[in-house]
Amino acid sequence: MHLMTRGQKIFRVFNYIILLLACLSCLLPILHILAISLSSPHYVAAGMVNLVPRGLTLSSYQFAMEGGRFTRAFWVSIQRVVLGVSITMFLLVTTAYPLSKSSQRFKGRHFYMAFYVIVMIFQGGVVPFYILILNLGMMDSMWSLVLPGSVQVFSMIILMNFIRSLPPELEEASMIDGAGHWKTLFLVYLPVLKPALAVVALFAFMRHWEAWWDGMMFMRNQNGWPLQTYLRHMMNNFRDLMREGGGHQHHLIGMLNEQTGRAAQLFMSLIPTLIIYPFLQKHFTKGLVMGSVKG
Amino acid sequence: MLRQLKKEWPLHVLLIPGLIITAIFSYGPIYGLIMAFQDFSPAHGFWGSPWVGLDNFRWIFSEAQFQRALFNTFFISLMKIFFGVVTPVVFALLLNEIRLSSVKRVFQTIIYIPNFISWVILAGIFMTILGSRGIVNTTIGLFGLGPVDFLTDPGNFPWTMIWTDVWRRFGFGTVVYLATIVSIDPGLYESAVMDGAGRWKQTIKVTLPLMTPIIILMSVLALGNVLDAGFDQIFNLYSPSVFETGDIIQTYVFRVGLHGANFEIGAAVGFFNSVVSLILMLIALSVAYKVANYKVF
Repeated sequence: MHLMTRGQKIFRVFNYIILLLACLSCLLPILHILAISLSSPHYVAAGMVNLVPRGLTLSSYQFAMEGGRFTRAFWVSIQRVVLGVSITMFLLVTTAYPLSKSSQRFKGRHFYMAFYVIVMIFQGGVVPFYILILNLGMMDSMWSLVLPGSVQVFSMIILMNFIRSLPPELEEASMIDGAGHWKTLFLVYLPVLKPALAVVALFAFMRHWEAWWDGMMFMRNQNGWPLQTYLRHMMNNFRDLMREGGGHQHHLIGMLNEQTGRAAQLFMSLIPTLIIYPFLQKHFTKGLVMGSVKG
Repeated sequence: MLRQLKKEWPLHVLLIPGLIITAIFSYGPIYGLIMAFQDFSPAHGFWGSPWVGLDNFRWIFSEAQFQRALFNTFFISLMKIFFGVVTPVVFALLLNEIRLSSVKRVFQTIIYIPNFISWVILAGIFMTILGSRGIVNTTIGLFGLGPVDFLTDPGNFPWTMIWTDVWRRFGFGTVVYLATIVSIDPGLYESAVMDGAGRWKQTIKVTLPLMTPIIILMSVLALGNVLDAGFDQIFNLYSPSVFETGDIIQTYVFRVGLHGANFEIGAAVGFFNSVVSLILMLIALSVAYKVANYKVF
């Protein structure tokens, strides 16, 4: 054990301080929002709430849960995630498996691959996309949220590369046993694909959970808004929501204000992400690395 | 030939659902780009709307707001890329000096959190804490500073966007760069120590040079996306008072093209955006392949 010089000691102290500040910058905003959401509006309006709630009350949460709007948007998002991720997984598996074959064994692979790579690097943009949804008559339909972009090419390549990295004996053995491509894919491959499937499912989940723009553009009826679209509206129009809820929720109105009400709904929307965070942390970086494995 | 087809047909069949979805929802909008060359109206459609050649493109390039948006896009994006690379490199180096692996792990876990919070929620949080009476301004007020208009002052707005974006992503970059540092052969440090190099010299002479390929790779891939200055972030945080410095190509397309229903103008801007992005992306991927042997397809 060598002795530290004075300079090294000073560096060590500064290093810990800088790293600690970086950590705090990530945690404090969330704690502050939580503290506001649990506080009584008088303290919040006076700027007296920092990290500890004052005048503890759950009114803002009660207002959100009983108002109907928040819970409905949450439910739409859950439906969207379940439907959207399922469709994506089905399409990714049925696309990645054939494309994982070498072009000697699968004539036409080059053509199909080019078909997908082109849309990965060139898009039509939002205006033609909007017109397309309009022309297809998909306005106000959940399909306009879950079908577009359901074949994520990057995810498909992750899956394809993963299949290619598996020993070829796996398929050969299955074929010798008389299984065709269908059986091989769904009975032999699917179970061993789990790690890669977890990663691409995660990407699909994040995409659907965070999406707000399509809900805003395609759901003219606000009852069809997913959570993030609703949250955007809520941040800008909380007073209207209070007025709207004023009738049957008048007992609560005095116990919250714009800031506490917004904070409660923001915090509740964070909870799902925080719950699955360990899973996210584990698979996210791994997935991005998988995508660049030599194919 | 026929025998091969017989063996291969299930593969073609499996591809059908994905091909149909992609043809409709990815190639559909590409086909729709023809409206950029028309005086388009949804009522007349693609076949009934009159053709106008390059008029829409001439119009946007002579339009001050579009030029402004183009400049803002490059400025905000380039600053995000620069600070978005430097910051995590610095944190990875600092973190590497920590010997306790448990501290390292806790730190990485915490700084990675913002990466997974949607911009809609983050926008809500920033509106709360960066407002004129938000906690940031009340805190700096204690030191006699401020108040600072982070979100409504045109001079500050781009920098608020740049630093909140760097903040959101630096956890990811730090994890990536630290993984590179950890994989460096310890023998190299041992021989540097024998040559009399201290920690600082080791960092400059050994660690940084070995990090260069991954740093170039990350920068080049980010430069390929330079026209994407962060629509989700800016659209949820900007307001008319900061259009001057905060309006970017995608927010311009949204406001003028979609909200203002000038579809052909929006499509023309989108077309320009896609073509330039395509070129930049191809350059970036070929450089990334040469420098770091990085290959997506």
